[in-house]
Amino acid sequence: MLYCAPNKKYSDFIIVRDPDKCIDCRVCARQCSYEAHVYDESTGKVFSDDTRCVGCHRCEAFCPSGALLIRQNPSEFRDNAVWKPWFIKNIYKQAETGGVLLTGMGNSYPYPVYWDKMLLDASQVTNPSIDPLREPMELKTYLGSKPDALRIDAGSGEVRLAGGFTPQIAINYPILFSAMSYGSINLNVHKGLARAAEEMGILYNTGEGGLHASLYRYGRNTIVQCASGRFGVHSEYLNAGVAVEIKIGQGAKPGIGGHLPGEKIGPEISRTRMIPVGADALSPAPHHDIYSIEDLRQLIYAIKEATDYRKLVFVKIAAVHNSAAIASGMVRAGADVITLDGFRGGTGAAPTMIRDNVGIPIEMALASVDERLRQEGIRNQASLLVAGGIRCSADVVKAIALGADAVYIGTAALISVGCTVCQRCYTGKCPWGIATNDPFLAKRINPEIAHEKLANLIRAWGHEIQEMLGGMGINAIESLRGNREKLRGIGLNESEMNILGIKHAGA
Amino acid sequence: MRRATLKQPEGNGMKRVYQKEDVCIGCRLCEIGCVVEHSPAKDVVKAFRNASPRPEPRNIVEERGPLSFSVNCRHCDEPACLHACISGAIAKDPLTGIVGQDPEKCVGCWSCIMACPFGVIRKNGAQSKAVKCDLCAGRTIPACVEACPNRALVFEER
Repeated sequence: MLYCAPNKKYSDFIIVRDPDKCIDCRVCARQCSYEAHVYDESTGKVFSDDTRCVGCHRCEAFCPSGALLIRQNPSEFRDNAVWKPWFIKNIYKQAETGGVLLTGMGNSYPYPVYWDKMLLDASQVTNPSIDPLREPMELKTYLGSKPDALRIDAGSGEVRLAGGFTPQIAINYPILFSAMSYGSINLNVHKGLARAAEEMGILYNTGEGGLHASLYRYGRNTIVQCASGRFGVHSEYLNAGVAVEIKIGQGAKPGIGGHLPGEKIGPEISRTRMIPVGADALSPAPHHDIYSIEDLRQLIYAIKEATDYRKLVFVKIAAVHNSAAIASGMVRAGADVITLDGFRGGTGAAPTMIRDNVGIPIEMALASVDERLRQEGIRNQASLLVAGGIRCSADVVKAIALGADAVYIGTAALISVGCTVCQRCYTGKCPWGIATNDPFLAKRINPEIAHEKLANLIRAWGHEIQEMLGGMGINAIESLRGNREKLRGIGLNESEMNILGIKHAGA
Repeated sequence: MRRATLKQPEGNGMKRVYQKEDVCIGCRLCEIGCVVEHSPAKDVVKAFRNASPRPEPRNIVEERGPLSFSVNCRHCDEPACLHACISGAIAKDPLTGIVGQDPEKCVGCWSCIMACPFGVIRKNGAQSKAVKCDLCAGRTIPACVEACPNRALVFEER
């Protein structure tokens, strides 16, 4: 502390060590990758430095004697509704560094969460509810473009579908794992995601970091991503999964590219991304071959040609002000699935100002896109996936009732394997072993345990979704899709209800 | 490293503690579990703060760079420590296969420590006795295995 700059002493957290319980075993010191706990050989004691604590709670979770408690620092500046400590501390930081503020995970400002302002319906008297433990309850969902009309061929005496479908992907649960690249998270987490997706019959998404050679065997449960940096994109990669996702934007940082620092590009990531060891992986803000819907169509069809029309093409955009019109263009450009990523979507690194101030809530984007596609009569031509701040199974049900076919979960998936949302992913020192490629830290994720936890999360949410569907008297998730009559708003104003296309509770 | 030249004993109908070094995170909670299990009160705070002398852990976490793993007695079929013991304190139980040590008989000559090819016998300095893993007699899962937060230790028959 002696040599610490004065303003750095306003630590966000304090480390409370109970001297009666601490056994100086050094577990905290070994676990903290930020060196907030230090063992002193001369006294045989462990000391803490609050200024280094990021509030990840790893030490607290690992302390064998329960001697540690991580708290928000109660030290307070003079109360001021405008100059909150967040702004004051950020200014101190920037005055020190002259740099852009960086952060991780999703938008943390207290904007309204519309999931919490919508309520679900249930059956009473006039329609029976269904017990999913006793009766069939279908959660299976088919992603892909559906024909405008079904043509039936009954000519040969046997009734058959004529014309067939474009490729469809069957998923057992309407929940997929979001795009998180190999590099932003490590291979152990990817292994866990891939194995859980395989077990549960869902999909995970490679993100833009390519696909590690050892994961090609999970192809049936893989979405490969093609983003502006085109890292690791080659013919075999495009054909490795069941779908290719063209990532235009990301909810956490709409309009912004990506930057994986050279220090993180080790031999394995270099091979997978097809860039030199130690080279910065820079993803440009736009795709430089896509400046219009027509350009997007060219890339969609280039990918469809490269994959022999056997793979679905997803197009992912961040939810922004004009999403509905853009989504309409994306469907017309030939996307089989539209992915909308709301402003609460996570990231491994983003400028703080962008993360917290750019984009719109996914609930609004979803409602307006679904409505627009219906009005234009093209909703059937693409499935709609939503991402960004899906926290529980009720959020999933509400999203589907608003019009989504399925949802992506990223942050929730990482929380299931230990993440405490400390938002320091960009440092590469994730003490939980998730957003790091440091071999010492990455081992903290045991793929076997990660697999079990991720699969359990999907299983648990699946049960809850079945219960909620049953309560509404619905026996298949397909019957809930876009069924906004099952939603009611609470504490919403007229414009919000109009955009969401729902009535107020009581109405 | 020595480990590379040694084959771990397996089989003979005996469960042993095996390491998965690819997921060992070097937290040493296995050592703490061992100390607590071999302390009189079997309580973590009492074991470290009150027990005098504090029991030595009977497993050892070996570390080099990011590689780490926890080793305890391999309960060898032909234990070098047993042959080296000058006082007859070490014996292999013909039924369980556990290589046990009787502290009453141990004279603290450290012959077993020198003989052990895995380096898993320790001095209990205060008492001038050697200490080694007893596979936590009376427990279904040894304390080190149960304490491991990342399943880097498994108790199984191979």
